[in-house]
Amino acid sequence: MLSSKADDFAHKVRSCDQRGLARVLSMVENGHPLAPSILHSLYNPERSGLTIGITGPPGAGKSTLTNRLIMHYRRHGSKVGVIAVDPSSPFSGGALLGDRVRMQDHASDPEVFIRSMANRGHLGGLSGTTRDALEVLAAASFDPVLVETMGVGQAEVEIASLADITLLLLVPGLGDEVQTMKAGIMEIGDIIVLNKADRAGMEQLEMSVNASLELIPDQDDRPQVIRCSAQTGEGVEKLTDAIVSCASSGTWGKAIAQKRTTLILNGIIREKGRELARKLILDRYGSVEEAIESILEGKTTPYRIGEMLSGFLKNKRENKNEC
Amino acid sequence: MDRKIRILIGKPGLDGHDRGAKYIARALRDAGMEVIYTGIRQTPEAIANAAVQEDVDFVGLSLLSGAHNHLFPEVARLLKEKGGSDIVLFGGGVIPEEDIPGLKEAGFKAIFTPGTPATEVVDFIEQEIQTR
Repeated sequence: MLSSKADDFAHKVRSCDQRGLARVLSMVENGHPLAPSILHSLYNPERSGLTIGITGPPGAGKSTLTNRLIMHYRRHGSKVGVIAVDPSSPFSGGALLGDRVRMQDHASDPEVFIRSMANRGHLGGLSGTTRDALEVLAAASFDPVLVETMGVGQAEVEIASLADITLLLLVPGLGDEVQTMKAGIMEIGDIIVLNKADRAGMEQLEMSVNASLELIPDQDDRPQVIRCSAQTGEGVEKLTDAIVSCASSGTWGKAIAQKRTTLILNGIIREKGRELARKLILDRYGSVEEAIESILEGKTTPYRIGEMLSGFLKNKRENKNEC
Repeated sequence: MDRKIRILIGKPGLDGHDRGAKYIARALRDAGMEVIYTGIRQTPEAIANAAVQEDVDFVGLSLLSGAHNHLFPEVARLLKEKGGSDIVLFGGGVIPEEDIPGLKEAGFKAIFTPGTPATEVVDFIEQEIQTR
């Protein structure tokens, strides 16, 4: 019964029924009980659809570039999916999702599916369910699916494991060359896009980015650096050519299926691990709040609770060996 | 399940006065809702499309140009056509009292005129969501 309902939804996704697809995205986002079965039925790591991540600091031009890329792919007759992530308020939990404002050119085009997502407290520049939403859009045969992260700082690198190809946008004027030498975000771009090419400071930015990339020993590992202006469209063709060459490198097919699978399984391990630990605490203490109360009363410590959880897993293993 | 109220706030037509729309978007955000703001000068088609893709519970339209009697019902019609007849519509802006009954008949649950406190809009949404 349950699985036939899930199959119905999966069918709606595959046939790209807009309302059904939108519903499934909500179910995935809200952790609906049917979501895992739907995702199971849509799962295909060898799918041909490409996913492209677009990341960079706030105001770097991510939405404007996304808009340009949609334009480019539509001209080539592709159906384009977009997931645009913006932050939730840490106080109210609400969010103002404003990325569509820059993508108005495509608002009435049914072959462009844009979905805004709030990060709902998830760190890393994305929401906890972006990964699954992306699989859903790819299963609805949107190719490419563009994933625009929130404005990020120095260490929000999750997009690199999630998208097949990651574009890192940089703009002039955000600091000296030491910034380009730091670990973290500077390491994740498959292609580094220097946006707002008409701005003062571009030469300097390009020089310091190149200088920092020259230190990568293997030339093949160095990301391409492309100057563009998302506003005027200048340089965008060069960027899309670079995306094509990235996606057609020798080991691409096998590597990408492995990357997609690793990502999904790791995500599930993380989530289920959290759920399991939570459940064990609930079984023992009733609620997290009561566990905290016990700690404050001096009956235990957070570390003791940690040990209890490890102990549980160890027992599980031993029980299994006995079987 | 962690369900958030999702609302699209859009401005159909040609007027560019978006202060009201932004004010309401911000107030709804602060009330814990997820607000998709689409910006100014949207066609009814674009708004209806976005509402369906974003799977929103509500669509709020703001208009100050006087074209509400044409554009508001058009959004309602297109939403229905695209399978979004369960989405609750409300509107706001400079709208004469005598036009309100006609808009309600066209499917708008509420029309908020200038001077309405933002809390009234938040209350309206929270009440409506209870009935769903």
